[in-house]
Amino acid sequence: MEVQQAGQVLSVPREAFDRLMPLHVLLDARGRIAGYGATFAKLVPEGLIGTPMFEAFEVRRPSGLCSTADLAARAGERLRLVLKRGDRPVSFRGIVMPLASGAGQGMILNLSFGIGVVDAVRSYALTDGDFAATDLAVEMMYLVEAKTTAMETLKGFALRLQGDKQTAETQAMTDTLTGLSNRRALAQALERMTRSGQAFGLMHIDLDYFKAVNDTFGHAAGDHVLRRVADVLHLETRAEDVVARVGGDEFVAVFPDRTEVAHLEVIARRMIDSMSLPIEFDGKICRVSASIGITTSDSYPEPEIGRMQHDADAALYASKRAGRGQARVHQDAKPAPSYPSQTDRRRA
Amino acid sequence: MLGLINRSFQFFLRDTYGASLWDAVARQAGVTPAGFESMLTYDDAVIDRVIDAAASLLRRPRESLMEDMGTYLVSHEPLGTVRRLLRFSGGNFPEFLNSIEELPERGRLVLPDLDLPYLDLSDLGGGHFRLRSVSRLAGAAHVVMGVLRAMADDYGALVLLEYHGVEAGTEVISIQIADQSLYDARPFSLGMVG
Repeated sequence: MEVQQAGQVLSVPREAFDRLMPLHVLLDARGRIAGYGATFAKLVPEGLIGTPMFEAFEVRRPSGLCSTADLAARAGERLRLVLKRGDRPVSFRGIVMPLASGAGQGMILNLSFGIGVVDAVRSYALTDGDFAATDLAVEMMYLVEAKTTAMETLKGFALRLQGDKQTAETQAMTDTLTGLSNRRALAQALERMTRSGQAFGLMHIDLDYFKAVNDTFGHAAGDHVLRRVADVLHLETRAEDVVARVGGDEFVAVFPDRTEVAHLEVIARRMIDSMSLPIEFDGKICRVSASIGITTSDSYPEPEIGRMQHDADAALYASKRAGRGQARVHQDAKPAPSYPSQTDRRRA
Repeated sequence: MLGLINRSFQFFLRDTYGASLWDAVARQAGVTPAGFESMLTYDDAVIDRVIDAAASLLRRPRESLMEDMGTYLVSHEPLGTVRRLLRFSGGNFPEFLNSIEELPERGRLVLPDLDLPYLDLSDLGGGHFRLRSVSRLAGAAHVVMGVLRAMADDYGALVLLEYHGVEAGTEVISIQIADQSLYDARPFSLGMVG
């Protein structure tokens, strides 16, 4: 068995050197660049032979190195260097070692792109032949690309999940027949508004003569009428209003920040007028109308959902009893003082 | 089995034979038409049901379908990801072949759950190799054969492949590299395009 001896000097042919370390730089005794490997040559097409090392490179770490003697004193340490290249500097990891027994024979600086290998490969169109056979640069490139692909796959998965979630949420909040909100969505909207103290108008809408349409023309005709009614409700409300189908032919509309009774009455009148128009289905004419009860949150010292719904229902049944096809405001829903005429109208 | 493998089969069937064939396969195999998610894990039996369903609906032997799937992964997969990642394994086909044993490890580097076949290569000399494959997926060596055929094509090498059957759970393929420099290799750069 051979014993390795300290201080033994190996003689390595230049070509072998180049294969082992294609990113090395040779420095002469005065610190000038005397040669470099084939891969380093690709980075400096203009040539750097004879250029002082500190003119071509800046040593970032350890800091304060600015002469060949400084560099020689740091032999064997891990260096961070930058090849000065105008606006496109290249960062390296490096190690410097004296060529023979001392720096007097010159030094060898071996370099690696480190983490910057991905950019370097792209910038200088390097191939696997440009790296030492032991270098993990190609594995690094592989990992970066594979990781990017995996991340994109995961992102696609996350986006699909998010889309499914949104669809499920919308479906859970929607009445499938009419596309209006359902009870659950209505409850959440009312809860949100009372909790935040937002004022709102509340309208309970019940179709008149709907049972007759169902009994006479069948459920398909009934469904068609309900969809048509939903269209009217859409048309007569704003995007921020919540319109829900809460029973077979019962609807609730919530109007955030809309508490003027007169205004709500006008809206209700328009709804009733539109719903009272004849609806054609399969060559038959269906006729319905609507009764509406209205109340507003600002007519209560402490608006309470159950109480408001009860009052809107009471107003709705008052409309029914008074002959249908009309809207009534709950008696406690006082109009704003600036509209005294409304009080008269409601009492009439 | 990681969904990535199931999903690859799904996309192979959909891209090669159309969405309606995939829907029929999904129905017969008891899988939702939306299919598989790459990063989820599925029971091993599911992929078998998918391959069996496709083989019976297309009236094709399971083995040739699996080999086509291997070829598809390298040559026809729309993003060309598999081809690119495999090309990192070597500068030419012999280099690629000589590092093929690293494949499962390379896969696990990125996706720890990815279960690629365990591969064992013997160099018999004269460009003749024997590859043994062990996998939880029965017949996986046919997919490997499809991949090898497509990669040889990619490197511009002419190879003869032969399936030697299965022995004690190990599938055996023989590989003869007939001519390495017959065609030009398709271009490949280490850096990603774009």
